[in-house]
Amino acid sequence: MNKLRTGAFHTGMILLSLLWLGPVLWVVVMSTRSFDDIAAHGVGSLPRSFTLDTYRQAWTDGGELRALINSMLVTVPSVALSLGLAAMAAFALSRFRIPGRRTILLLMLAGNLLPPQILLIPVAKFSELTGLYDTLWALIAVQVGFGLGFYTFVLHGFMRDLPGEIQEAATIDGAGTAQIFTRVMLPLTRPALAALGALSFTWIFNDLLWAITVLRTDDNMPVTPALLALQGQFVSSWNVIAAGTVIAAVPTVAVFLRFQRHFVSGLALGAVK
Amino acid sequence: MTATISTTSVTPTRRRRRSARLSPLLVAFVLVPFAVESVWVFWPAIQGFWFSLTRWDGMTPPTFVGTDNYVELAGDATFRGALVNTVIWLVLFGGLSVLGGFGMALVLQKERRWVGFYRAALFTPVVFSLVVTALVWRVFYQPDGIADTLLRAVGLEQLIRPWLADPQTALYAVILPALWRQIGYVMVLFLAGLKAIDPALHEAARMDGANAWQRLRHVTIPQLKGVNAVVLSVIVIDSLRSFDIVWSLTKGGPYHSSELLSTYMYSTAFQSLRLGYASAIAVVIFVLALAVILGYLVRAFREEAS
Repeated sequence: MNKLRTGAFHTGMILLSLLWLGPVLWVVVMSTRSFDDIAAHGVGSLPRSFTLDTYRQAWTDGGELRALINSMLVTVPSVALSLGLAAMAAFALSRFRIPGRRTILLLMLAGNLLPPQILLIPVAKFSELTGLYDTLWALIAVQVGFGLGFYTFVLHGFMRDLPGEIQEAATIDGAGTAQIFTRVMLPLTRPALAALGALSFTWIFNDLLWAITVLRTDDNMPVTPALLALQGQFVSSWNVIAAGTVIAAVPTVAVFLRFQRHFVSGLALGAVK
Repeated sequence: MTATISTTSVTPTRRRRRSARLSPLLVAFVLVPFAVESVWVFWPAIQGFWFSLTRWDGMTPPTFVGTDNYVELAGDATFRGALVNTVIWLVLFGGLSVLGGFGMALVLQKERRWVGFYRAALFTPVVFSLVVTALVWRVFYQPDGIADTLLRAVGLEQLIRPWLADPQTALYAVILPALWRQIGYVMVLFLAGLKAIDPALHEAARMDGANAWQRLRHVTIPQLKGVNAVVLSVIVIDSLRSFDIVWSLTKGGPYHSSELLSTYMYSTAFQSLRLGYASAIAVVIFVLALAVILGYLVRAFREEAS
């Protein structure tokens, strides 16, 4: 009876896992098929050819290289800046009796919970006004501004729970506020920073809405909107589109595999708060 | 959350000393991030409300028209359709991802052989962007794609249709990929919550003769109250924000059949260039989200206080 149940559990879960991984594997396999093969047998058939030329086409002709560079130029500074600023605010708000700190914290969190739709038009107009429209700076600025509230809230919860004695001891040893922040608090906050870093990397890298709101020129587009453009450019070349899709997914998958533990604990961090 | 000793819980005399030492650096630590968020979030949000009371093409200055945009919204059939679709989205996408995620968390909570692999499989799509997800599923829905091939294999070829191009199926064909990606995410949230439940509670319930269903109903679910609130907020906010997946698969079509408020707002603003009218749609989305956000904040506030 017990054996039967274990068998049923594994059979069911293997089928379910297949349902989840199958479509992904299908796209990976399809990216190595030749155009003629797909044209003759359809996207639903098993592969009868093998080529890696699709990756070259997506990479150079499709402009994925340019798009990947844009994505990294936006994502890396955005993650660093927003976590840095959020850590500063969280440190001051959690470790010092700043008047109105709870209101400030909740106001910042509320900003992150706003539906972005209400911000799209004003942000687009404001970036035109400041001359940032259609530059990567505008995208970095809005990603930092919009993400700050959530990161501050999570880091605040983490820093608040660190023991007070460490800070007292550092103060007695003559450390100033800046030193306490950089030498004591930041190292202690590393787990939370790593978790948020892995999460925010995927969020910012995967974003579509902000990119198509503040950018217009194709050459400035990050990977996500570029992938949509690729689809228009290679209308029925499913193999090239599949290769482009794989290229666009690799960086976040790499970050996930490298920071797997942090990534999942980051999601949980948000849930327990 | 356990309260540990922190500067906020030291004796009153020390507190006063610390607040007296509030340095300019600390003020900057709070003000700089707050200013950044004000410029890119708070101020635009206020402007958004103002724009919803104007007629504006983006070129000439906006003209004040009062509540005209809202009156027009009330009679706009496309808007009503998008509103209905957004509610359907909320119920189906939100409801099924909570049920699916919770179910999977229950099934996979016990450490046993292969469980790590199953969890990883369900979680994999979470790291993909919604555009990647959309392209993966486009292959599935393509004429002669995987869906059609499978239906043919089991002899149901009469069901075959252009899934994304048929107004009857487009919305549901878009919800499915969104669910595929969301279930793993919700599962991880619930797994974290389940792990935090004291096993002694289950043991005690078992001793009292409670069966599996009763333990789920009276031990597990009440113990998950905190996580439930978070999942609910995340789901409702995510549903109202949903844009990428619809935009990548159908752009709201055909004939607005998969139009959500978010996609209608975007195309009204940046394709029809009716910025005032689009702002009014954004305000409606905001009002829908507000109820949830208030609930979330009230809870956060209470936790802060405890």
